[in-house]
Amino acid sequence: MRFVDEFRDPALAAALVKEIGAIAARLERGRDRPFAIMEVCGGHTHAIFRYGLEGLLPDLVEFVHGPGCPVCVLPMGRVDDCVAIAERPEVIFTTFGDAMRVPGSKKSLLQAKADGADVRMVYSPLDALTLAKRNPDREVVFFGLGFETTMPSTALTVQRALREGVTNFSLFCNHITIIPTLRALLEQPDLGIDGFIGPGHVSMVIGTSPYRFIAEEFGRPLVVSGFEPIDLLQSLLMVLRQIEAGEARIENQYARVVPEHGNPAALRAVQEVYEPRETFEWRGLGSIAGSGVRLTAPYAAFDAEKRFAVPDIKVADPAQCRCGEVLTGAAKPWACPEFGKGCTPETPLGALMVSSEGSCAAYYQYGGIRGEAA
Amino acid sequence: MCLGIPGQIVAVADAEAMLCVVDVSGVRRTVDVVCVAEPGAPLDDLVGAWVLVHVGFAMSRIDEEEAAATLKVLSEIGEAAVEMEALTQGSVELLSTPR
Ligand code: SF4
Repeated sequence: MRFVDEFRDPALAAALVKEIGAIAARLERGRDRPFAIMEVCGGHTHAIFRYGLEGLLPDLVEFVHGPGCPVCVLPMGRVDDCVAIAERPEVIFTTFGDAMRVPGSKKSLLQAKADGADVRMVYSPLDALTLAKRNPDREVVFFGLGFETTMPSTALTVQRALREGVTNFSLFCNHITIIPTLRALLEQPDLGIDGFIGPGHVSMVIGTSPYRFIAEEFGRPLVVSGFEPIDLLQSLLMVLRQIEAGEARIENQYARVVPEHGNPAALRAVQEVYEPRETFEWRGLGSIAGSGVRLTAPYAAFDAEKRFAVPDIKVADPAQCRCGEVLTGAAKPWACPEFGKGCTPETPLGALMVSSEGSCAAYYQYGGIRGEAA
Repeated sequence: MCLGIPGQIVAVADAEAMLCVVDVSGVRRTVDVVCVAEPGAPLDDLVGAWVLVHVGFAMSRIDEEEAAATLKVLSEIGEAAVEMEALTQGSVELLSTPR
């Protein structure tokens, strides 16, 4: 067990691995494919690779890396929309650094910046608001991105802008919500996922109760997990125990950070500022009903889509890319003909290769344990 | 951007605006604390508390041990460096003077 030594509690890690192996051995009979447990969150994906957790698992158990990396699911056309806004002379376009290198159909935001657009990487939407206050003759647009983890931050910033009377600030809202996404995934007819490891920080905001439908309607267990390797092993064991007992429940392994009902102040801001869009397009997954949000009427003045004519560009992914299948766990990155050839972290074709949370970048960086053999 | 980073609240920056100063691995910046403040309680109560900071917002109170463990994982997976770089280079307004 090559990495177990660096875990916070090596003895506990070894015991967990042993117990996972024992359950797998008991479940082996009559099983023709591995138990596929999807970790939804890109942060978990990254930790799984870094600690080599896949290499610790019995053959009968595998992690499937889910769509929980918000940068990875950005369609190319959305990046083109960002570039179109950013290239307006009056605009200062602000974004989290993660989005700078995601390829659009013609260029990324980084390339747009090199070509002269005023694109600035900020740490927080609050910094974008500060920029707006300091540059009253410019239009400051913030590219709002992410699941419920970052959604409260932009909601609270928009509320702050309203309170402070800042009128040259707007949000290009591309937030996505986890629940409709999981539902869309579960409704796929041939979904071979046996259980879920739930995201830690999304759940810190929304709590654990919104996941109940996964157990009740779809009969799959979900365990909300922390980010330490021990957390992930423990959560995996909790999922497998449920499978062995023939149960499907929502459990919370990360109760030290995740309250059952989430964060009330964050949820209130999200509810006031955002409402679901009818549909929202994801890279590789197509359109998912109700998965995106836009600003509600009281905050419409801060909506970049209302303030600027956003082209709403739709472009298909390059035909040879398999980003969609990799995102849903239907294909492993090395099954993509571009993996490590046309598509590398330096020259990414898909966002899964850009973000450190994307599974293609993770496999590329750490060499997928089973990928090496393939 | 999704994982956040632990920090300790060291001062109240602007009580009315719900802003505090957080020390994140030696770097200080102003963060919004509305998600961790007890409704009605003075913000001074937060000084000394450990929190998870996501993109300029304190999102959850944690204890010191959890903060240390989280920071260790973030360092080991390389995310602590990414987060610190974003924080130092992307912060338009790093802390000047706490009140
Ligand atoms: S290797 Fe590149 S093109 Fe292929 S699935 Fe991954 S990100 Fe997409």
